Amino acid sequence: MSRLKYDDVETGATIPERTFPVRRLDLVRYAGASGDFNPIHWNERFAKSVGLPDVIAHGMFTMAEAGRLITDWTGDPGSVVDYSVRFSAPVVVPDDDQGAEITVGGKVKSKNDDGTVTVMLTARSAGAKVLAKASAVVRLA
Amino acid sequence: MAINPDYLGREYPAPEVYEVTRGKIREFAEAIDDLNPVYLDRASAKAMGHPDVIAPPTFPVILGMAGSALAIADPDLGVDFSRVVHGDQGFHYSRPLYAGDVLSTVTRITGIKALGGNELLTLETVAEAADGEHVVTASMMLVVRGS
Repeated sequence: MSRLKYDDVETGATIPERTFPVRRLDLVRYAGASGDFNPIHWNERFAKSVGLPDVIAHGMFTMAEAGRLITDWTGDPGSVVDYSVRFSAPVVVPDDDQGAEITVGGKVKSKNDDGTVTVMLTARSAGAKVLAKASAVVRLA
Repeated sequence: MAINPDYLGREYPAPEVYEVTRGKIREFAEAIDDLNPVYLDRASAKAMGHPDVIAPPTFPVILGMAGSALAIADPDLGVDFSRVVHGDQGFHYSRPLYAGDVLSTVTRITGIKALGGNELLTLETVAEAADGEHVVTASMMLVVRGS
C-alpha cells in the first residue's frame, strides 16, 4: 500500500464515498471483540423495551467503518493523530440478511502548518445523518 | 435517577495494565472487517516504519472499558445503564498502539450536565506506556436518556 503525501493533498478535495454493510452478525462479532455487550446492540426485545425502534449498531462500529475511509486514503493507519465524531442518529439494524448500510464520505478541510491535514467525514444510513462533527487529523509525510 | 454532580473529576484507575496483543488486534480488525495488513502482518507494519503491527484507530475504546465500567457501576454516581446511548467519541494520539504495548489507564469523569431531559456524562481515559509516555486519550460522552 502506498502512502499519501502532504504535497499531494489539496484543500477541498473529496474522498470518494464508500458503503459498508452492517448485519446482526457484525454487531455480535463487534460486541465480542470490543467488550461492549449492551443488549441494545443485539437484543431486539430489550432495545424496544427502552424505546428504540429496533436493535441499533454500536456507535463505535460506525466510527470504525468511517475511519477506514481515512486509513485507506492515507495508506497508513498510524497517520491518524486525532479522530472524533458525534453520534447524531442510530443505525437501525433489522433482523434480516441484508441488515443496514452505512455510506461514508470525506472532504479535506485544511492543510495545517504542522504537516497535518484535517478531514471532515459524513456518514448516512437509511437517509439519516448518523455522524455529525466527524473529523480526523492525519500526519502525512 | 440523577447523576451525582459531586462526581465531576473523580478518577477510576484500571485495576490492571492492558497488554496489546497481535491476537486481540486481529480479532478487532476482523470484527470491523478491516483487514489492513498493517494490523495483521508484522512485515507490512515494519515496512511502514512501525515496530510491530498497530491497532486500528478506534481500538483504544477497549482501554476505556475497565475504568468506565467501574464508573458506570458505581451506585453513588447514579447512572441507569439501561438508558445509556453513546453520544460522542474522540481519540487523540501521541503515537499508534503497537502489539507488545503494556498500557496503564485512568478514566476520569470530565463532564456531567443535563440537556433537554437527558443527562450527559463525559469520561476521559488516558493511556500511558510502561515508561510513562502518553499514547492515547479517549474521550467518551454518554447520553442517559430521560424516561
